[in-house]
Amino acid sequence: MGAAIGLLAKTKEVPRTRATTESWLVRLALIALALTFLFFFLLIPLVEVFQKAFEKGLGAYWQAIQDPETRSAIRLTLITAGIAVPLNLFFGLVSAWAIAKFEFRGKNLLITLIDLPFSVSPVISGMIYVLLFGTQGLLGPFLVEHDIKIIFTPVAIVLATIFVTFPFVSRELIPLMQAQGREEEEAAMTMGAGGLRTFFKITLPNIKWGLLYGVILCNARAMGEFGAVSVVSGHIRGLTNTMPLQIEILYNEYQFVPAFAVASLLALLALFTLAAKGIVEWRSNKS
Amino acid sequence: MFKKIILGTLLGLALASPGVSSADVSLLNVSYDVTREFYKDYNAKFAGYWREKTGQTVAVQQSHGGSTKQARSVIDGLEADVVTMNQQTDIDAISAIGKLIPADWRRLLPHQSSPYSSTIVFLVRKGNPKGIKDWNDLARSGVSVIIPNPKTSGNGRYSYLGAYGYALKKQGGDDAQARAFVGKVFKNVPVLDTGGRGATTTFIQRGIGDVLLTFESEVLLIQQESGGAKFDVVVPSLSIEADAPVAVVEKYASKHKTQQVAQAYLEYLYQAEGQELIAKHFFRPRDAAVAARYSGRFPKIPLFTVDELFGGWQKAQQTHFADGGVFDQIYEGKKPGTGV
Repeated sequence: MGAAIGLLAKTKEVPRTRATTESWLVRLALIALALTFLFFFLLIPLVEVFQKAFEKGLGAYWQAIQDPETRSAIRLTLITAGIAVPLNLFFGLVSAWAIAKFEFRGKNLLITLIDLPFSVSPVISGMIYVLLFGTQGLLGPFLVEHDIKIIFTPVAIVLATIFVTFPFVSRELIPLMQAQGREEEEAAMTMGAGGLRTFFKITLPNIKWGLLYGVILCNARAMGEFGAVSVVSGHIRGLTNTMPLQIEILYNEYQFVPAFAVASLLALLALFTLAAKGIVEWRSNKS
Repeated sequence: MFKKIILGTLLGLALASPGVSSADVSLLNVSYDVTREFYKDYNAKFAGYWREKTGQTVAVQQSHGGSTKQARSVIDGLEADVVTMNQQTDIDAISAIGKLIPADWRRLLPHQSSPYSSTIVFLVRKGNPKGIKDWNDLARSGVSVIIPNPKTSGNGRYSYLGAYGYALKKQGGDDAQARAFVGKVFKNVPVLDTGGRGATTTFIQRGIGDVLLTFESEVLLIQQESGGAKFDVVVPSLSIEADAPVAVVEKYASKHKTQQVAQAYLEYLYQAEGQELIAKHFFRPRDAAVAARYSGRFPKIPLFTVDELFGGWQKAQQTHFADGGVFDQIYEGKKPGTGV
């Protein structure tokens, strides 16, 4: 942001020519177009969600959220994000560090693999687990024999969520770490700091805002994921429904106020995430 | 900062740890889409009955979805103690592919393991401006008929077989005549929705078509919700019986040691209290006394079954709805619509 303002200030000094400026009419039209688009495609639907949720008053909204099945869906969503995000924070940190700071064979393959969850459809991400852990699947007979249940339990939901949110942290960190290079770490090492100490004193402070940014995005997706989770859930009410699944079920059953009430909660979580993201961006530019 | 995050996470987990169910025994009922309201009432009733009988508290968990998809999930390891579907072929699949239910499951409970049924009736616009009274009116030119796609929906299959059976029984026709009749009916279908709810939307919200063919339970529900102000129900002179088969998933039930309560859960559907609830939720009860009490709701008409006229679902599926089957032949030249 600061850099952008600096850039703007600089361009002001350069005399404007016909080639680089547009008439105020064109500028106004473009801004109006962008705002209209935002208004109709983002703001109106968002307002609509809240309006529908509160259609029958605060009491109905509150009652909808008090429903045991809905509360269990909220709980499951929070648990899922609570497990998936820290794990992906760890994996993301480790893999980004390995990729950015070291040279090794198969590095490109690893980068490609990390990107895989972004490139396949979430439905396929879910199907992978059914094919792997379903009773007709690869590990099915073994699991049945040892009475281990994975698919259609919260465990499968957590696994599928970890899979689809895997790339967020490392994707955020790799370019950042690569840009920073490894001179500082090398200097620390030559001064006698150990690996861990170097990491906590040098690497981590350099990347903390990028890391937090990745975590926030990861969390948003973990809470909002629908496709992969839907495939492995089994939709047992009060047990394996997450918030997005619960919204769909309520909507299909013509229970519009409860459906939009849960949707508004999810939207609120997203708005908080956006606010957090804004703060992180602002802080990281400042530092 | 990260310590805080981790601490927060742990705290969240501790607070969020799922509450342990206090019931002595729990069942999982994997069912199809539109039974949610019914089983909500029924589960409460059954829990009371079971506590009185055995002193045990029972908690029944529900999973709802498209019938065929639900069957697939049970095969893949969704450990249902009982399945309550709307199509025999779905339970057959659990039996044949999953080997979770004995092959003779239809003999294990009364009425071919189907505690209630429904049938196909017509919903027309108020005052019945096109004068639709029976199946043969659907084949008239100038009548627009809404039926979901028989290849992808149970309603569509029953509607198709209903028309076919009408031609066989009422018009005394042979297969060739029946095909021609059903062909004429489907010429009048402007759009083939993929599912029953989609077809209902086409007819009600989008205002397309003169007559909607769907399950009686759906039609009665629509009438109740719209207060009967916009539509009339037309009951044809005969129709097809759509049963709703149920079964204990023996392999999972024996694993959970719930065979007894699972069996009782399904048997209770046949008792007066269960049948009463069934009728209340617009499904046709089997019990004669309950049926008599609700006779205003369910007009008595001759119903034929898929077994009688089509040699069972498996055969009907192969002859009529498989790729290149009779439906494809009579519907050729008319591409299925995408629906909504």
